[in-house]
Amino acid sequence: MHVSPVREPLINGEKSYSDITNDVMAPIKAKPGKLWFAGLTISSILMLVGFAMIGYTIWFGIGTWGVNRTIGWGWSITNFVWWVGIGHAGTFISAILLLFRQKWRTSINRAAEAMTIFAVMCAGLFPLIHMGRLPLGFFIFPYPNTRELWVNFNSPLLWDVFAISTYLLVSLLFWYMGLIPDLGTIRDRMKTLWKKKVYNFLSFGWQGSARHWQRHESMSLILAGLAAPLVLSVHTIVSFDFATSVIPGWHTTIFPPYFVSGAVFSGFAMVLTLMIVTRRALNLQQYITVGHVESMNKVIIATGSIVGIAYITELFMAWYSGVEYERYAFMNRALGPYAWAYWIMMTCNVISPQLLWIKKLRRNLTFTFILSIFINIGMWFERFVIVVTSLHRDYLPSSWSMYKPTFVEVAIYLGTFGLFFTLFFIFIRVFPVIAIAEVKSVARSSARKFLGKPTQKQKPEKQ
Amino acid sequence: MSEENKYWHILEEFEPIKDARMPKGREEVISPSSRRNFLKVLGLGTASAALIASCKRPVEKAIPYFIKPDEITPGKAAYYASSYFNQNEFGNVLVKVRDNRPIKLEPNPKSVITPNGTSGRVQASVLDVYNINRYQHPLKNGESIQWEAADSEIMERLRQLADSGQPILLFTPTIISPSTKKLISEFVAAYNAEWHQYDAIPMDGYREANRKSFGTDAIPEYHFEKADCIVSVGCDFLGTWLSPVEFSGQYAKRRDLHNGDGNLNKHYQIEAGMSLTGSNADLRIRAERNDYGRILAYLRNKLAAKKGVPATELPAPPQAVAEKLDLAINDLLANEGNSLVICGDNNPDYQVIVNSINQMLGNVGRTIQFERTYNHYRGNEKGIEKLLNSNPGAVVVWDVNPVYNHPESEKIKAAIEKAPLSVALSSLPDETTALCEYILPSPGYLECWDDAEYKDGVVSILQPTLHKLFDSRQAQETVLTWLKDDTNWRDTIKSNWAASYFPKQTEQNDPERFWIEMLKRGEFVTSSNPVSVGYNQNEVEKSLQQISNEKPTEDFTVELFENINIGTGHGPLNPWLQEVPDPVTRIAWDNYASISPAVARQMGIKNGDVIQLGTLTIPAFVQPGQADKTISIALGYGRIKGIPEELITGVNAYPLATVENGFRQFAVSGFDITKTGGFEQMALVQGHQSMEGRPIVRESTLDKWKENPAAGNELHEQIKHHHTTLYQKHEYKGHKWGMAIDLNKCIGCSACVLACNTENNIPVVGKKETARAHEMHWIRIDRYYNGDEENPEVVRQPVMCQHCDNAPCENVCPVAATNHSSEGLNQMAYNRCIGTRYCNNNCPYKVRRFNWMDYTGADAIPNNRYDPANMTVDLSRMRHNPDVTVRAKGVIEKCSFCVQRIQEKKLTAKNEGRQLLDGELQPACQQACPADAIVFGDLNDPNSKVSKMMEDPRNYHLLEELHTLPSVGYLTKIRNKS
Repeated sequence: MHVSPVREPLINGEKSYSDITNDVMAPIKAKPGKLWFAGLTISSILMLVGFAMIGYTIWFGIGTWGVNRTIGWGWSITNFVWWVGIGHAGTFISAILLLFRQKWRTSINRAAEAMTIFAVMCAGLFPLIHMGRLPLGFFIFPYPNTRELWVNFNSPLLWDVFAISTYLLVSLLFWYMGLIPDLGTIRDRMKTLWKKKVYNFLSFGWQGSARHWQRHESMSLILAGLAAPLVLSVHTIVSFDFATSVIPGWHTTIFPPYFVSGAVFSGFAMVLTLMIVTRRALNLQQYITVGHVESMNKVIIATGSIVGIAYITELFMAWYSGVEYERYAFMNRALGPYAWAYWIMMTCNVISPQLLWIKKLRRNLTFTFILSIFINIGMWFERFVIVVTSLHRDYLPSSWSMYKPTFVEVAIYLGTFGLFFTLFFIFIRVFPVIAIAEVKSVARSSARKFLGKPTQKQKPEKQ
Repeated sequence: MSEENKYWHILEEFEPIKDARMPKGREEVISPSSRRNFLKVLGLGTASAALIASCKRPVEKAIPYFIKPDEITPGKAAYYASSYFNQNEFGNVLVKVRDNRPIKLEPNPKSVITPNGTSGRVQASVLDVYNINRYQHPLKNGESIQWEAADSEIMERLRQLADSGQPILLFTPTIISPSTKKLISEFVAAYNAEWHQYDAIPMDGYREANRKSFGTDAIPEYHFEKADCIVSVGCDFLGTWLSPVEFSGQYAKRRDLHNGDGNLNKHYQIEAGMSLTGSNADLRIRAERNDYGRILAYLRNKLAAKKGVPATELPAPPQAVAEKLDLAINDLLANEGNSLVICGDNNPDYQVIVNSINQMLGNVGRTIQFERTYNHYRGNEKGIEKLLNSNPGAVVVWDVNPVYNHPESEKIKAAIEKAPLSVALSSLPDETTALCEYILPSPGYLECWDDAEYKDGVVSILQPTLHKLFDSRQAQETVLTWLKDDTNWRDTIKSNWAASYFPKQTEQNDPERFWIEMLKRGEFVTSSNPVSVGYNQNEVEKSLQQISNEKPTEDFTVELFENINIGTGHGPLNPWLQEVPDPVTRIAWDNYASISPAVARQMGIKNGDVIQLGTLTIPAFVQPGQADKTISIALGYGRIKGIPEELITGVNAYPLATVENGFRQFAVSGFDITKTGGFEQMALVQGHQSMEGRPIVRESTLDKWKENPAAGNELHEQIKHHHTTLYQKHEYKGHKWGMAIDLNKCIGCSACVLACNTENNIPVVGKKETARAHEMHWIRIDRYYNGDEENPEVVRQPVMCQHCDNAPCENVCPVAATNHSSEGLNQMAYNRCIGTRYCNNNCPYKVRRFNWMDYTGADAIPNNRYDPANMTVDLSRMRHNPDVTVRAKGVIEKCSFCVQRIQEKKLTAKNEGRQLLDGELQPACQQACPADAIVFGDLNDPNSKVSKMMEDPRNYHLLEELHTLPSVGYLTKIRNKS
């Protein structure tokens, strides 16, 4: 098979197949280091504080938060939308990029998918805990009951319930299905009996037979086909929460594409944040290369520019609509009491990703890391701007109000970080961070070891 | 007997009788047995069996009446005619009693004084009865004592003091009860005591001036409904002055445009601080508080000059004010005999001038009548002088609190402490009772018998509607005991009525039947004859001279005023009153020093910055329309004694008042503002003051309205044409409820808010929560300013759930907890609500309220109650309306159009086999509104009042451009600027 010299190798440093297995499995086999324990401790403490504050909220009521009669949703829904956005990258990478046959996805899809699942779990928490009566939250499911009560299928919030739960389910399945061959590999390498048994159970007794592979491949393709539209639908439906309302600043038809691209934008940023650290910590620099980072940065430029255009379109439409409430809502975003949030959003999301047009910066890991944090902050503020600044000054000036989060809300948000990182820390120790089987599948065509030897003729690949 | 041969023997029998209670279609629910139903029944049976078998249920005993009292039908309200009186608040009311508990006060529509509505304070007073801070048994030096022991000790000591000639002083507020007056005179005679009436904010200056001008110290009736032009100098007659509920009704009658003649009154208000009345004026003239005298003199002299009466030259008020006053003078001259000039200052010199102006204009005998004069405000300074200057042997205080509300507080305190005997006959602890040796608690007014002659010849009855809650005894009964009279107080009143009023009527010929009839009606009106008074203008010159001695000052004048909710100091005990925001500033739970924007800018003061004024430390509030050199502070706050810690709010401003020439003055000059650097978070419920040019409150002027009745409302027609929809229009069979609010009649008094609180069990959330915009009121009165900050125009708008036919809240609720009824009501199923607050976000009117915490105690989780005002203790819970669910933490609530009242009246009509009449059904807000600004009814009935109002060209819907199709209409505000 001919490989264009333009393509840089996806696996650097003369890695053979067994090197790949050994390198990726090293963290699972080795004893965790002090840094890992420190990280896990900090994140689980954060998580416990967050859970305690959730308990406090359920006990004493939403009144422990800063939301009020005018601003019914504050940090909770901001965080919800933000986390769901973060949760877009994994499935995007594994499903859409799989369908588009992008080989570079193989090194990052596992971690990105795990991140997706953890992020959606964090996201899913918020709509639950922001309910006034969480113990009765099951009312939201259309279950048959003696009172003959039914849910309201007109409500975007109900669509959310289905969208998020479907997305979580499919992402989880997809991720787990991808894990199966690797779990088999781990089982084979495990020396302790109980670990062997556990991994054997988790791998569903994977044998690596041709029939297994054949089923696995078609399953992956089917799930990819299912997951791909979901990537687009989830945030579309989340955006309906706002778009179908009457509130100026929410009532906008541009929201679905704008939200989806924003979600992919923030998801990639989060993947970058995590992977730049993880590759160093787990010694996987040869698998997650600068080339990978650059590819992701290209996605960031694309989605970031879409988001930027969306912001400007919104402003234009507000003016062009001639509706004074719309006009005021956007004037108020840019110049009102929350203008600082708007300009943080504009700087982080519109201006900063444009720097990636410069190749040097695109390939600079430190810069990319800092930029990814900026984008995450910017995207959080985008949601804050949409949720809070639209609500705090809507139609009747008599009800205008201001919003400030309380300690409880901040702690719950930090708690979801705790949850996210606790899960992530556990993940990197029990599951392979890189999809071993998938990387191996592209090794022959993209690893330096095989490309670097021009004398060795390309062998026909078995697929 | 076969079917064919069934004979009918009366005509009604021929008609098949329909069972009214069984709605059609009910039978269809019973479906034939199927596998599905079998499983359902099986599941239910198993589950219930398991439940019954496993749970031990607590044994609850419900004991039915052995012999049921006639008046009590469980679940049905009984109404008793009674009256409310406190300071300047009077109302003939019907007390709604459910299962032996008074729960609501409603205006008595047959009353001649207050048929239209009540004030907010009357509405809230039901809570005073269920106040846990009340004295619960007699006390001596703080220790409990038996009634008999206390009585015999006090009687013996009173006797000794009387014999030794030491003065015995009895202090009461103004007593308007003829029977009580008679009783007190007997007590005075028996113990050689002195009786003094004492008012927290007196009007003795008015009485003195009337004595000088008209030869009678009576306070006349003011007929605002007859006045085409009203010029009020700092007089808050719609809020707190003299008889505001009565005046609001009269005033609103002249702001009514429905009859189409456009006969609006013209209202000029000259004032320093922005009052409720001033904010309703057609032209509000901003003037300094210490210019009032010069303004009155200017008015008088200008009028005198026009009428050819000799005038004395006086320093004129500032040019800007004088120019506007000339407009008022022209209008007054154009409406001679049909105008009214009033002033809100207790200075007799001012009132003498006011009298001379009204006399010159020929208003006396027309808009001012001495036929049925007011009996309240009889208090004066003499009692306090006596207390301070003679060493009294005994001081008996009966619901007065001079230690709190008199400027000589410290001296009064010393005098009471020094007196050998001090007795308090009050029901609630306060600063004065705290000093008394004996406390003989009196019950609340809903537990008492009494009568009241508020206006001459209009006598009302107060009857108990609740068994005495504590070991208390009505003060009158205490006095009867001291007089060794063992008749019961009710019989005393009854015999007084038999002697005084029975002979004055001809309807009943038996005194017993007369008494019963009076109990039913609640009011007896004697016939009256026009009274003409003489006029003496000798004093005018002297008063003008006095005014000419006043000099404009460069320093600040503090103006102390009565707050519409809190009153003179009774309100702080009532959390409902505390929580209703002031109609002008929209601040709840506090008083503050209102300063003008110019002064605030100059001194760098922002809302909530604490300032020092003499001895007073108080947060500042920047008030548009405030005069630069005047600082306005509400009285009645800063009560400390007898109030639970959580309800202590604001600062006591009474010590700043002064006594001049024997009259208390509430405007004091000579202050400087110093910033203390402190800051206090005030509970401001409306932070934004401008409408931002949005068509929220639509207004126009009378001239434009006369040309085009839709003036100012042109948008309505335009938007109507844009209302298109793909959906079929929903058809409302039967009723379709709607409400129309006349913005021209609403004065913003907040009675509706308090009525709604009472009716719908609205929780109280306290100052902190109110400051965080967590207030729970279902109806609010928005207030916007228009124009410049010095002379803003004010508009108001009561906003409650608009019951939209295309409601944005309904389609976003994931569990369908809020939905539309077949009668057009937007209804809330509290049980179904899970509290996503999506409906609240999507409501453009922001009328939905969320139970942020467990404010009511209805939550299932223990130990999480948030109740800063003790509103969930058992005693306070007795106030609840059992027809309305008490909402739990985490659910949304909002105005229901008083659906419980709709249901009740519909059932009544159904049981009586008739149609519901228009106007029969009134939600609490409409019922309480003294101005009749709210009209509720059936929009499907083209002849109903509300349908007609909706057809008025002035009618529009709030934010109608959103196509929410509200069921509430607003009628444009029309200012009389001609």
